[in-house]
Amino acid sequence: MQNKFMELVEQSSMKAIVPKFEIGDTVDVHVRILEGEKERIQIYNGVVIAKSGTKTREMFVVRRIVQGEGVERKFPLHSPRIADIVVKRSGKVRRAKLYYLRDLSGKAVRLKERFPGGQATAAEAAAAKTARRAARTERKNARAAHAAESKKV
Amino acid sequence: MRVGLLGRKVGMTQIYEPDGTAIPITVLECGPCTVLQIRTADRDGYHAVQLGFDDKKRKSATQAERGHAKKVAAEPKRYVREIRQDGPTEVAEGQTLTVEMFSEIKNVDVIGTSKGRGFTGVLKRHGFKGLRATHGVKRMHRHPGSSGPSADPAHTRKGIKKPGQHGNTRVTVRNLKVVRIDPTNNLLLIRGAVPGPNGGYITIRQTNMV
Repeated sequence: MQNKFMELVEQSSMKAIVPKFEIGDTVDVHVRILEGEKERIQIYNGVVIAKSGTKTREMFVVRRIVQGEGVERKFPLHSPRIADIVVKRSGKVRRAKLYYLRDLSGKAVRLKERFPGGQATAAEAAAAKTARRAARTERKNARAAHAAESKKV
Repeated sequence: MRVGLLGRKVGMTQIYEPDGTAIPITVLECGPCTVLQIRTADRDGYHAVQLGFDDKKRKSATQAERGHAKKVAAEPKRYVREIRQDGPTEVAEGQTLTVEMFSEIKNVDVIGTSKGRGFTGVLKRHGFKGLRATHGVKRMHRHPGSSGPSADPAHTRKGIKKPGQHGNTRVTVRNLKVVRIDPTNNLLLIRGAVPGPNGGYITIRQTNMV
């Protein structure tokens, strides 16, 4: 019963729709900033290296390289200041926290691209497998033929 | 009337203001409370409203509790406290008070029983720094050190901070800001922390801070 009330209060301060993004994604964070009287949107681009917290306290860390210097910014996911989060590119990662990126520089920082869009169905996977196998046998045969040819000569 | 209610601490969380500031809040389940008795200067020597919160099973209530509640046609209550008043009030015995009372109130005081920590040493209880970890300190790392001069008074001064029971006492936190009221769920959201565990009983009154 206690939790029901907590849920209610937290729900009131959470966004109904939260943009879906994963660790390793390169995102554009649209931040509302006040300049005197006028409000404008500033875009912060970088790689999501960590997520933490739950409910209203959920945060995420975006890392980018500015003039050769690593900059990390931690955003509250449900803050009204965050107008939007747009995923530009998805990275293939095997960790929930990408703190190891802090120790890397240059080309090593790049993450392999991941193409989200759901898992392939069983039939598609099987078809892909047979195609790969056919290609492999073909290459093998070609090599064998080439070897035989060179031996003859 | 000086506004006050009884309730229960639900827990802490944070919410956002439209400009993006996060506010740390405590959620309080506040009322509805039944007015069990009105204390008047003529009869009792002071003015107060006696409130009851959270029904108790009749069979687990004492005969006295049952009789007291029966006078105002209510169930026996688990948590009964008085809210002191400056003068005679307009509330009547048997009336039910809800959290809507706080709609005009900006700041409140919250009274509760702090979490009990048992018999603790001076570091936890009074924030002493303890003795050094090295440099020849021998098994005295969490000791209070000296408790006063030696031969002259030949006794320890009164009021010296010592180890002892920590917590599980009545604590009043004054001047907490009311953030929001939810009358449908009897919720009161206030800024800051409140004594006691989640689910603990608390008394909320409009602040007496000037």
